[in-house]
Amino acid sequence: MTTKVKVLYFASLREAVGRSGEELELPDEVTTVGALRAHLTGRGEGWQALATGRNVRAALNQCMVGADAAVSAGDEVAFFPPVTGG
Amino acid sequence: MRSEVSVQETDFDVGAEIGALSAGRSDVGAVASFVGLVRDVNDGSGVQAMTLEHYPGMTERSLVDIVAQAKVRWSLLGVRVIHRYGRLEPTDRIVFVGVASSHRGDAFAACEFIMDYLKTRAPFWKREETPDGARWVDAREADDSAAARWAEDAATDAGVESWEEIERRR
Repeated sequence: MTTKVKVLYFASLREAVGRSGEELELPDEVTTVGALRAHLTGRGEGWQALATGRNVRAALNQCMVGADAAVSAGDEVAFFPPVTGG
Repeated sequence: MRSEVSVQETDFDVGAEIGALSAGRSDVGAVASFVGLVRDVNDGSGVQAMTLEHYPGMTERSLVDIVAQAKVRWSLLGVRVIHRYGRLEPTDRIVFVGVASSHRGDAFAACEFIMDYLKTRAPFWKREETPDGARWVDAREADDSAAARWAEDAATDAGVESWEEIERRR
């Protein structure tokens, strides 16, 4: 039974944080996608790309969600800028 | 059965895709299609090439979901969506949407709906190569409003709002 979440970063956010993904031990106080975003922002410089006010979108288990979506162990969370396909 | 959604690096044959939407079917009265191409200029700079990044898994899933929504809204006899990723050059095809229906109204509307939703929901990101260096393409507000036209209520659209918009509404 895993206690970790998989976190993925795409496009300009991937470049800013210097990685495309990671396995992360979920701190007890992190129960939502928004809280996870805030937690990651605290890591330092490049992570400011996730700061409040930046235009960031999130997906939980490959579906777009808002900040209050609940996160638990085993989930896949992704952060990325607004999409520009088509 | 033919797959309705493809995310691929390779090019596609527009004529073959359009033909397949009505092949062997006498109930199809209309096929509407859209092809998106790489332009050589964007926001005032020359574009030599672009690279499309995507989120494998979620990309396919989001396109399948958009097609399913179109089928709920209109009476459709066939749908085909192809989106490329990787490095593309001006004049290259990026995206194909084809819709078959009994009548043109449903075919036109569903084709435009699928493109508008794809623009704001399918996880693709364009990085352009210009004479001044590479840059990520910014999302356009016009794309958000194009998608919003189709929203029956704000709740179904919550997924594409920015966090700030969601927070502000509280």
